Amino acid sequence: MSLEGGSASDHARLIPSGYSSHGRLEKVLRAGGFAVTTELAPPDSAHPEEVYRRARIFDQYVDAINATDGSGANCHMSSLAVCALLTRVGYEPVMQISCRDKNRIAIQGDILGGAALGVCNLLCLTGDGGQAGDHPQAAPVFDLDSISLLETARILRDEQRFLSGRRLTDPPNALLGAAENPFAPPLQWRADRLAKKVAAGAQFIQTQYCFDVELLRVFMRRVEDLGMAGKLFIIVGVGPLRSAKAAIWMREHVPGLHIPDHIIDRLSGAADGAREGRQICIDICQEIRTIPSVSGIHIMAYRQEESVAEIVERSGVLTGRKPWIPGDGLNGSRDVEKAPLRSMALPQ
Amino acid sequence: MYAIRRWSVRHSRGLNSFYRRFEMVLATLHPLLSRIGYVRLERPVAALEEAIKGVLFDCRMCGQCVLSATGMSCPMNCPKNLRNGPCGGVRADGACEVRPEMKCVWLEAVEGSTRIPGGDAALKSVQPALDRRLRGRSSWLRVAQEIGGQREP
Repeated sequence: MSLEGGSASDHARLIPSGYSSHGRLEKVLRAGGFAVTTELAPPDSAHPEEVYRRARIFDQYVDAINATDGSGANCHMSSLAVCALLTRVGYEPVMQISCRDKNRIAIQGDILGGAALGVCNLLCLTGDGGQAGDHPQAAPVFDLDSISLLETARILRDEQRFLSGRRLTDPPNALLGAAENPFAPPLQWRADRLAKKVAAGAQFIQTQYCFDVELLRVFMRRVEDLGMAGKLFIIVGVGPLRSAKAAIWMREHVPGLHIPDHIIDRLSGAADGAREGRQICIDICQEIRTIPSVSGIHIMAYRQEESVAEIVERSGVLTGRKPWIPGDGLNGSRDVEKAPLRSMALPQ
Repeated sequence: MYAIRRWSVRHSRGLNSFYRRFEMVLATLHPLLSRIGYVRLERPVAALEEAIKGVLFDCRMCGQCVLSATGMSCPMNCPKNLRNGPCGGVRADGACEVRPEMKCVWLEAVEGSTRIPGGDAALKSVQPALDRRLRGRSSWLRVAQEIGGQREP
């Protein structure tokens, strides 16, 4: 991967056969590794160092960093720009694309631009409603939904054309992802909705925060029953809660968040809520690690980014594997590339 | 009206079978409609369609009606215009994330689909991105033209 004079076709040559991208996240996932991803809160600043400072916190603990796209309908530095800064030094971003703020013309342009800048992973989202954020006066776009967005990205990549039919010279080679919330109603239909996402092109999902491993198991059983277990990589969202009070607030105010009472009880019974919150997260990570068809965890630790290191280290989810850090060389991912390829039939 | 919209979901089976018959009538009328002129019919038929479907479904006249595939719950009433299933923000009590006073239209769709033959399979089919040019236009006339046109030698 080179930024100087590297054309998209150079990128295409670097893609191993059976892969969608030349990214390290896809390599870890296909090698059967347990991936760790996290989320970078984009700065309210125009200074690039703000992005790098936030990324460095995760060095040696994560395989990929999600760049959020106006998450919670709040305005921040754009996801595409954060990704461009991250790929400059070799980080592996997951570019989040929300349907709330852009129509299909802007979105397709961003997908091409992102791929040209070295983005190897896209996360196709509907986006939070505008009422949740700091600009409720803004026009909600929602030209596409997460599923038609996935299909759009797949058409760009696999059929090398825009939705209009116009041909691309070079396709955006990226692993396509989506979100899923196994913990929100209609519970019994969530896996069916995931199947629609797979049909539209999803190759991996990152879920909403999991605080209820039992519900996750129910969802995973349904995923397996629908024959999807080998068709996509499932990365489960986790995160530390700061206190019982914070958990109750989040439960009431964060859309789609499910926190069972026993978690709140555990937090309120502890002398140090934040410490207990991290411990709960670690326990959940370890439980999730034992579910065979789960391929990784996505740690969302907004304003507690420093805790990601502790959660990864103490939960032992990486089992000694060391993710890439700046200085490792752009194409290297230490030990993962040498690992045998687990054959997984992914949707083409 | 919200109460009537919910009534329609509860009666999705009957409404769907009525619509299926109506669709056949439309297709049969295609030669006649064609002679009168689809362009000339567009405005009055769209107005009639909006009035009827507005009462029954709070129809938003997207011009690409998918009610039969969504259990007679109009997905355009979703504040995010989702046409492929619920978002991840559905509240624990089943209320909409954006408008908590309303039940998620997709929860209604899942429920309504169980009453329609083949409704479950239709619900699981991927709906393509909307063609925004068709907004305000009659779905009925489009169906008459499509199905009726196919029957022509």
